[in-house]
Amino acid sequence: MDYKNVLTTCPYCGCGCGIYQSSIDGQLQRPIPDQTHPLSEGRLCIKGWSAHEHVASPDRLTTPLIRRGENLEEASWDEALSLVSSRLMELRKQHGPDSLAFLSSAKCTNEENYLLMKFARAVIGTNNIDHCARL
Amino acid sequence: MGIQEDQIREVQEIAGRLLLDKQVAAVVGLFSNHGHVGPHLFSSVDDLPGLALEPRYPLALDCRTLLSNFPKDRLGVVVRGCDERALIEMAKLQQVDMERLVFIGVACSDDQARQCACEKPYPRQIDVGEKVDGLSPLDDKKVQELIEQDMDARLVFWQQEFSRCIKCYGCRNACPVCICDECLLEETCWVEGGQIPPHTSFHLIRTFHIADKCVGCGACEAACPMEIPLTILNKLMREKLKELFHYEPGMEVSQRSPLITTLEEAPIRGL
Repeated sequence: MDYKNVLTTCPYCGCGCGIYQSSIDGQLQRPIPDQTHPLSEGRLCIKGWSAHEHVASPDRLTTPLIRRGENLEEASWDEALSLVSSRLMELRKQHGPDSLAFLSSAKCTNEENYLLMKFARAVIGTNNIDHCARL
Repeated sequence: MGIQEDQIREVQEIAGRLLLDKQVAAVVGLFSNHGHVGPHLFSSVDDLPGLALEPRYPLALDCRTLLSNFPKDRLGVVVRGCDERALIEMAKLQQVDMERLVFIGVACSDDQARQCACEKPYPRQIDVGEKVDGLSPLDDKKVQELIEQDMDARLVFWQQEFSRCIKCYGCRNACPVCICDECLLEETCWVEGGQIPPHTSFHLIRTFHIADKCVGCGACEAACPMEIPLTILNKLMREKLKELFHYEPGMEVSQRSPLITTLEEAPIRGL
């Protein structure tokens, strides 16, 4: 009988509502809004109530895809990341750091957003960093 | 605070005995960890020190999921009056097997009863706590104020309340008796898609759908981010049911709703 309720934060926006995500034998069940969360106090919006649905969705991407001509082809993470890093460095060398821009997400954690900012400014050397909430 | 701690100790003892005597495979209750409290499955006595009795969660939903996923096991469950009534309603619809549930009944305190404006703040069998009287729905100030007004004013009141709805479906999702396999609220012939606030039909369909099942637990209102006073609607509906049919949901599994209109041959499951 492997039933767990794991306390987590809704990943859908920057509000950070509290959810107990329940699972049975590793399969996600319904989310239970955390009544004791200081911010959301047991309430969720439609996004929080359905935040778990993409996990087992048949439409979910499970590997990186690389565009080759007209097609998107499945690739390994190593292959995809190597391509991204080599193209980024190529473009930076050819057109300068400000030819690149980085778009982070309200759905990421503070730490992930900080890391992307650091990467843009310290590694690439551009201030072109923004996030999806301003789109 | 002292009373609450004593009650926690008593529930821990009863749950511990059930687990150690192997009368149940596990106990459903609340667990406190790092200042957060949520539903938990106590599979061994090791977790029992973290047991909590507040706040209120609709635990019947967890019991239903667990019983259907583990069809051979017996479960203990720490129930308030509302949890027990919700499980009784679920049993009427063949959603849970009462034979496989062992209740640890906890009576709510006067404060808890007032907080929920609860009509019946205790389960049938009280193992822990002392019974306090419930509050009649008509004693509720908000209910009184509303029913003193004429029909037109009441309609305006509800239209204003419903105009805040963001259609999160929280009221339906949190409700322990809202358990249809297919939900009419998602059918566009009844509730137009992509429209916020939804038409008043959204709320009225739900009200009528649970009219003979609502056990007054207040989970719908607690889940509403827009603070729509849904319990008033359900309370008045329950009062009408009492007045017209002398029927109260959540009392006995053997009692049938006077509103069942399903033909004899049709399955009741997932009504």
